[in-house]
Amino acid sequence: MKQIKVLGTGCRNCETTAKLIVEVAAARGAAIELEKITDMAAILGYGVLSTPGVVIDGRVVHAGGVPDRKKIEGWLDS
Amino acid sequence: MLDDFATWLTFDLIGPLLDLKPGSRLGEAVHFFLYDTPKVLLLLVAVVFLMGVVHSYISPQRTRDWLAGKPLGLGNVMAASLGIVTPFCSCSAVPLFIGFLSAGVPLGVTFSFLISAPMVNEVALALLFGLLGWKVAALYLGLGLGVAIASGLAIGRLGMEQHLEDWVRAIQVGKSPELELGTPSWRERLGAGVSHVREIVGRVWPWLIAGIGLGAGIHGYVPQDMMAGIMGKSQWWAVPFAVLLGVPMYSNAAGILPVIQALLGKGAALGTTLAFMMSVTALSAPEMVILRRVLKPTLIAVFAGVVAVGIMLVGFVFNAVL
Repeated sequence: MKQIKVLGTGCRNCETTAKLIVEVAAARGAAIELEKITDMAAILGYGVLSTPGVVIDGRVVHAGGVPDRKKIEGWLDS
Repeated sequence: MLDDFATWLTFDLIGPLLDLKPGSRLGEAVHFFLYDTPKVLLLLVAVVFLMGVVHSYISPQRTRDWLAGKPLGLGNVMAASLGIVTPFCSCSAVPLFIGFLSAGVPLGVTFSFLISAPMVNEVALALLFGLLGWKVAALYLGLGLGVAIASGLAIGRLGMEQHLEDWVRAIQVGKSPELELGTPSWRERLGAGVSHVREIVGRVWPWLIAGIGLGAGIHGYVPQDMMAGIMGKSQWWAVPFAVLLGVPMYSNAAGILPVIQALLGKGAALGTTLAFMMSVTALSAPEMVILRRVLKPTLIAVFAGVVAVGIMLVGFVFNAVL
């Protein structure tokens, strides 16, 4: 089970990112636990300067803009 | 070539059906629309694509590392210039702001970046280039940088650090994570260009077409020199009024610029026009609301005031010189 966190203060791109991750995970049958982090101090704690950011199992893998589907598939498969 | 095509389309193909003749009001309006729309859209796609590729080289993290520890002056010039090419969305202005400050980027330098990034953006530049020519686009670029550098310097000199919200100064920012996930391939860079086009052009095209349509109407129907009385050079209040008018029109630069272009043709002054454009992009009400979370009201007011003064200077100087 992968712990995935989407960092963002509720902008449209953050919502899109979260939705896309859920979608890709469902399509691949990957078990994930998704959490949206909206607290600014917590986001900054990860050192992310541009939202949305994505954290998987405690590691920041993405920051700024909606990640593309291929990238998400890569995270879920590894 | 596009001009010939638009002329043919307007007067030879559609013309006979709707009774459009060269020189007639409707004919000129339709021609204007059919010429400007493909021209501006093509340019916009090209520039936005290019910017998407450039963005794959420069992340906000990287820009911050370049700016950390740079003194006022050099730092401001660098910050304003990097503001053009660094991917920026006003929705992440707050984490960016705090991230810059906590990495040792001076407040004034951070502001130069925050002013330049939304103002000197690729959509505004592409539209200015497409509608008003490269000279006006270059002027906008140069003056926009000037306003960003000067405003940042002024805010830096004023020493406003105590006007940051308290939680901002207390916050602990994590070490920048290892985000460099290898260098992207060319394929990925081009892909970034394509998705940038999808995101930006996909959002602005309806506004752009509506704007060009409205502009076409003005072009065909508004009498020559009508705007000279309202937005001309002789009214000193035209520039501050244009700046004020620009504040609520954020994010709609794509729809507004074609209208402005048409008004320029009717006697509006270029300085007033440039000031209006800068105000639309640089002074946006929602961004102020977002920044209010990190800045105390005094600093917000100083920020808006300094930028507004800079933009008005641009307008006045232009109207006086040209």
